Amino acid sequence: MRIKCPLCGERDRREFYYQGDAIALQRPDADAPAADWDDYLHNRDNIAGVTRDLWHHETGCGAWLVVTRNTNTHEILAAALASDEVSA
Amino acid sequence: MVELQADEPRNGLPIVVGGCTLSEVPFRVLTSVSPYKGKETQLSEALVKAHGMRLAAPNRSTGKADARCVWFGHGQVLLIGPKPDKGLAKSAAIVEQSDSWVSLRLQGAEAPDVLARLTSIDLRSAVFKRGHTARTELRHMMVSITRVGQEAFEVMAFRSMAETLQHDLQDAMESVAAQG
Repeated sequence: MRIKCPLCGERDRREFYYQGDAIALQRPDADAPAADWDDYLHNRDNIAGVTRDLWHHETGCGAWLVVTRNTNTHEILAAALASDEVSA
Repeated sequence: MVELQADEPRNGLPIVVGGCTLSEVPFRVLTSVSPYKGKETQLSEALVKAHGMRLAAPNRSTGKADARCVWFGHGQVLLIGPKPDKGLAKSAAIVEQSDSWVSLRLQGAEAPDVLARLTSIDLRSAVFKRGHTARTELRHMMVSITRVGQEAFEVMAFRSMAETLQHDLQDAMESVAAQG
C-alpha cells in the first residue's frame, strides 16, 4: 500500500502512522450538546467502503494527512494536508 | 567555569568500501526556520538579503556547501552553516538545532545503490538530482537525504542515532561492494 503525500509524493505505507477517523478535525463548540461531544469522541461507524482517516507522515515531512481510502479494496483515493482541510 | 569542548558524534570515519566513501560532515550551525502563516515570501526575501539564498521549496535545497537552506518537512526548512540573521525572526520561528543532528556524507558512483538497500525512495540521478532533498525512512530511522553533488549525498539523522546510522550505511556499503 502506498500513499501519495501532497508534499513528498508517493511513499510506502511504512512511513505513515494511522490515527483514526478524520472527524477529529471537526471539533464541536465548547458549549455544544453532550450528544455532539459523545459522537465526536466515541461513536464511529465501522464502514466497509470509503473512509476518511487521519494519517501522520511520521518518517517523512511530519504532516498530518486526510486520506480517503476504500477498506474493501485498500485503494487510496485521495490524500490532502489536514492543515488545508481545516482552513478550507 | 568548566570549558566544554565540542566533540564529533562519530569516530572512525572516514571509511572507504568498494567505490564509496563515508565521512562525517564537521560540526556546523543548524537552525530550523518555520515561516509564520503567509510569511513565506517575506522570509525568502530576508534569506536572500542575509544569506544569499531563497527559501527552499518542498523536496529542494538552495544555497551552496557553506550556507545551505534544506527543506526539512511540512512548514520547515533547516538553515545549515551561517548563524541566522536576527531579521529572519520577523517572519519565522527560529530554533537552534546544531547539536541535535549528525550529518554523514556518502560519496561515490555506487552511493545510490547503497542507499537503495536502506530506503524505499528512488535516489538515482535521473529523478533525484543535485539540490533535491527528501525526508524519508532509512531502515527504521527518520532521516533527511540531500544530493549535494553528482555522486554525493548528505544523510542526516538524530545525533543520538549516529552509531546506528553509520552501522547501517557501512553494512550496505559492504553488501554492495561484495555483491556488485
